[in-house]
Amino acid sequence: MIGRLSLVVDIATAHLMRRRRQTAVSILGVSLGVGFFIGMSALMQGFQTFFVAKIIDVAPHVTIKDEYRQARLQPGAVAYPTGAIQVNGVKPVDELRGIRGAKSMIAALNNLDGIEAAPTLRGQVILRYGTKDVSASAVGIEPMRERRVTNLEADLIAGKLDDLVSTANGVILGHGIAEKLGAKLGDGLIALSPAGTILRVKVVGIFRTGIVSLDNFECYLLLKRVQAMLGRPNVINQVRLRLDDATRAADVASTIESRYGYRSEGWEELNRNVLGVFIIQHGIMYATIGAILIVAAFGIFNVISTVIHEKTRDIAILRAIGFEEGDIRSVFLLEGGIVGLIGSVIGWGLGWAICRGLASVRFEVESFVRLQGFVLHETPWQYAVAGALALVAATFAAYLPARRAAALRPVDIVRGAA
Amino acid sequence: MSKIILETRSVRRVLPGTVEVTLIDGIDASFAVGDFVAVTGPSGSGKSSYLYLLGLLDQPTEGEVLLAGRPTSGLSSSELASLRLASLGFVFQFHFLLPEFTVLENVMIPMRRREVLTEDALKARAAVLLGELGLSEASKKYPDQLSGGQRQRVAIARALANDPDVVLADEPTGNLDSKNAEVVFDIFTRLAREKGKTVIVVTHDPALAARTDRVLRIVDGRLTPLAARQC
Repeated sequence: MIGRLSLVVDIATAHLMRRRRQTAVSILGVSLGVGFFIGMSALMQGFQTFFVAKIIDVAPHVTIKDEYRQARLQPGAVAYPTGAIQVNGVKPVDELRGIRGAKSMIAALNNLDGIEAAPTLRGQVILRYGTKDVSASAVGIEPMRERRVTNLEADLIAGKLDDLVSTANGVILGHGIAEKLGAKLGDGLIALSPAGTILRVKVVGIFRTGIVSLDNFECYLLLKRVQAMLGRPNVINQVRLRLDDATRAADVASTIESRYGYRSEGWEELNRNVLGVFIIQHGIMYATIGAILIVAAFGIFNVISTVIHEKTRDIAILRAIGFEEGDIRSVFLLEGGIVGLIGSVIGWGLGWAICRGLASVRFEVESFVRLQGFVLHETPWQYAVAGALALVAATFAAYLPARRAAALRPVDIVRGAA
Repeated sequence: MSKIILETRSVRRVLPGTVEVTLIDGIDASFAVGDFVAVTGPSGSGKSSYLYLLGLLDQPTEGEVLLAGRPTSGLSSSELASLRLASLGFVFQFHFLLPEFTVLENVMIPMRRREVLTEDALKARAAVLLGELGLSEASKKYPDQLSGGQRQRVAIARALANDPDVVLADEPTGNLDSKNAEVVFDIFTRLAREKGKTVIVVTHDPALAARTDRVLRIVDGRLTPLAARQC
């Protein structure tokens, strides 16, 4: 077996060495495919991992809202589940919205292992500083509980979270809002609520999470203050949870939703739009890489077809000597395999170099998150997948001509050559 | 009466197509161990086609080819390949040496494929074969560095690599000058006389054919009576 295998290897390498330039071009094609695969997938996975890590780090893992996923059924529909019911003149009840029994809910959740819960009331306010108005989402928090649920404290670039308690009407602004208003730490602003209340507030902190939607649109006040401003005393409309294991967020959210009925969203659901973009990105990447590999495969197909065309006489004599069809097929499949393998190894080096190159590029961009350069996430897995794809493509490209070569009838060639 | 090694029983070979072409139209012949036979005939008479049938490179439409008494019809292509590898050696008009390999490596290829001898043993055997054919000094050279006569002798050494019972040659001197043709025929004669090989040579050269033990003359795919009488 060893003798036969080494013979097949010898013949295959001899063929490739004879067509050195074409072989080199094919190898280069495979290398480019592999290299760009590694570079691009490191880039995308890097950005995705970075974004997800940010989200998990900064925002609550699960948010319970004072909404229902489906509107409650009308009494008529409950009474006659099989009938066709039309209710005319339905008007929304003008009730005080909020999560009922929030206190006991939070107490119960806090008793569970690996879950921290904090109450918030969220509403819209307009912040005014001088002549500038900026609308913002006011989040009423209890600082003691909040620091266990989000990383707000760590994200403060000015001020302290405790000042929210110690200052009469303190507000912590997102970095983007502060910039738009031109407000600095210690400045006094006016906050207007939809309920008509006007409150003088003082900037006691500025935070920067890196997530643009938070930095540009959120400000934090004491829970009591927001309840008063919005005219909704003792109301809580969001319970925010932090889990020890963020990957359980979707499960925990659906358990809570089925228990309490309120719409609960894990961080995946909350950021579905962004995560959806990632899926599209992946699709685009695989299509691009696939195209490169297909082109590389055509190169391999071409070089092996050329070799076979040149080597029909050799194939004929080998068959006459007693080589089986399978031996001939192996020779040419191996040629594809060799191109794929060498291409992969060079491609790994290229991919590594692309990653180093990208990592050294510095720039600043704000899209979903604030970035100061490419975030790369390289795993051995990417290298393995890229190599495996290249090998499969190369072998497949070699398979078609190899099969044709094996089917050649030695008599036809010998007769023609004589 | 020596042992029959190769035999054809009323073989026919018809090329299928809209117009069927009959290459071989019923040939009965047998070849004993140590036989040195020439197959002659005008061009297009089917003598090469007959050799390919004998060499298991082609299969008859009808009839049977027997190698060492065993019928070969119905064997798979790999079974035929392994019979060719072990029992048959081929020499063609064109040398068909692999240009990327040295002379020695070319001779080693059939033995490496057969995987009976160790690497060292088959290398030694290849060297001996080349020595016997006066090619010791050429063993490290590549085929394109040799003369036509030398190349054909390397091809003969390769045909002998696995010590086959039968050597089949298709116009082996067709590309050679008369001096080299002489040399090649001397080798074939020695193989039959001294090594007991069955040597079957297709040639259109009557002078060379006359040096064999017997001549089969094929015309239009049949043995002619003249040749049959000589059997």
